[in-house]
Amino acid sequence: MSSMRDSSAADRKAEVWRRLETVTDPELDEPVTALEFVTRADVDANNCVHIEFRLPTYWCAANFSFLMADDMRSAVKELPWVAEVSVMLGEHMYADKINAGLARGLNFQETFGAEADGDLDELRRTFLLKAFQRRQTALLAHLVETGRDAARLVEMTLDELADLEVDEAGSRLRTRYLERRSIVSDSPTSSRAFVDADGDPLQAETLSTYVRTLRRVDVNAEFNSALCRGLLHARFDMDTPLSTKGGRRSEPSGISAQDM
Amino acid sequence: MYRTANGEEIFVIDGHTHFWDGSPANQKNVHGKQFIECFYAYHSNLSPPSEKWTLDKFSKYDAKTMHDDLFVHGYDDMAILQPTYLGDFYKNGFNTTERNAAMKKSHPERFILNSAFDPRDGAKGLEALHENCEKYHPKGVKLYTAEWKGDSKGYKLTDKESYKFLEAAQKYGIKNVHVHKGPTIIPLNRDAFDVADIDDVATSFQDLNFIVEHCGLPRLDDFCWIATQETNVYGGLAVALPFIHTRPGYFAHVISELLFWIGPDKILYGSDYGIWTPKWLIDKFMAFEIPEDVTKETGSVLTLETKKKILGLNAARLYGIDIEAQKKKIEAAGGYAHLAESVHAPE
Repeated sequence: MSSMRDSSAADRKAEVWRRLETVTDPELDEPVTALEFVTRADVDANNCVHIEFRLPTYWCAANFSFLMADDMRSAVKELPWVAEVSVMLGEHMYADKINAGLARGLNFQETFGAEADGDLDELRRTFLLKAFQRRQTALLAHLVETGRDAARLVEMTLDELADLEVDEAGSRLRTRYLERRSIVSDSPTSSRAFVDADGDPLQAETLSTYVRTLRRVDVNAEFNSALCRGLLHARFDMDTPLSTKGGRRSEPSGISAQDM
Repeated sequence: MYRTANGEEIFVIDGHTHFWDGSPANQKNVHGKQFIECFYAYHSNLSPPSEKWTLDKFSKYDAKTMHDDLFVHGYDDMAILQPTYLGDFYKNGFNTTERNAAMKKSHPERFILNSAFDPRDGAKGLEALHENCEKYHPKGVKLYTAEWKGDSKGYKLTDKESYKFLEAAQKYGIKNVHVHKGPTIIPLNRDAFDVADIDDVATSFQDLNFIVEHCGLPRLDDFCWIATQETNVYGGLAVALPFIHTRPGYFAHVISELLFWIGPDKILYGSDYGIWTPKWLIDKFMAFEIPEDVTKETGSVLTLETKKKILGLNAARLYGIDIEAQKKKIEAAGGYAHLAESVHAPE
């Protein structure tokens, strides 16, 4: 009897972690679990979920910190059996304020009052667009490298991209890209697989320049990710058991593994 | 002074150094403690193990330690002292112009003393800037836009008050504005690291040079984009450079992007002392080559000529340093005595 209850409690916890894996740090475009930000995700006897997280520095921007906390709460709330979710940020300049706002279910503007002049939609969109660009250029570069014709790629529809036969790496990059494709809306006449940040079609003759130009977005994110991971390790004793259950590290595209 | 294997001398100007007091005795509150500990995390994360200091040493080092680390053990010929006040976190300030001035006084041939201002200080601040400029004749200012001041958590260069201060600074002979972005700017819902305001003032103040510290990181991508369009925007290498040890692959990508977008004439070396020390940074930098696959992508190559520009020539141009004359001054003050042996090394 007790073992049955244990196993279902473990299942619920695993479900929570799987939901948390879908939440990304907006600047780094990597899951908060792979970044080892989440230190606790427990389910109590009343099906209330308690999440705790910390960030690489005391000074990490309030807006991103709040976004991640809010996204974690929303992601976990989607599980039908969850009664309540509490999210606590630790060791941060705005910890008290953010935790109080989260506990009362306030949004960012309500939490910060006069210190904010709006909510986080614009900020979120800015970084989703960067994620879109980064994922798109990684996929395009891979497809060109594996012999796809630029003229064909720029004409390709979303359905054709979905059906395209690609290798394993290509498949992973495609999935990641398609997760962000809807950030950019098409012009009404187009259902092209690849459009720029304004929704306009790409040109075959300038495709390599386009990919090259957006490389800086990728380089910046990769650099920041390495910095954040390093600072987190410098700040916290990472030998303390972290419950990154099922938290497989995502493989960032672009810079090769030998840099890691 | 760095000397290559062929005996070629490279004059080094360190674009970013601090003489701070972050010690517990000077801390006003938890933010002061967290500030120096955050710097220490950068230091301990990115320094080679042999170069790591204790938190105690890191929090407050003396003038001789700094002098020797930069100029005797390290290859710096000159260093720019960049103030960071943080009056809300530290009783006597973290790293004030006055504190730096005492350092310069004992080694005038070694240091370039920069001033600072905060547009939120209003008329009193303008007066202080004026006094500072009369007293020290600085050619540059360092601005930290995320400094906390009372209820304010920071400012933007496009604020009306910022314009007033930039106009005044220019009138008082300032040429170079070093901008350091930080995480807290009101309104908090916007991206505090956004570099768009630098773009705006660089256009408005064509006779000022804007040196964006840390190359705009964590917004290197946006920085590259604006720096390529503004002729008076430069990038300071501090924070990016130490990656050369822990993550050379990332450093290769960053430096090749910078060379691609802003070019070799607009990148400035900075150790960010005491976060990092010049000796190992420059040893690694001089030995560094951009890997072939990265060069293939960007066309960027880190030639000896480019290294010389980054390490000293670019800063010398911005600060009007006559390198040959300066070498003589340093030599006369005994600054190259420790090099004597290698100067007269066997042919």
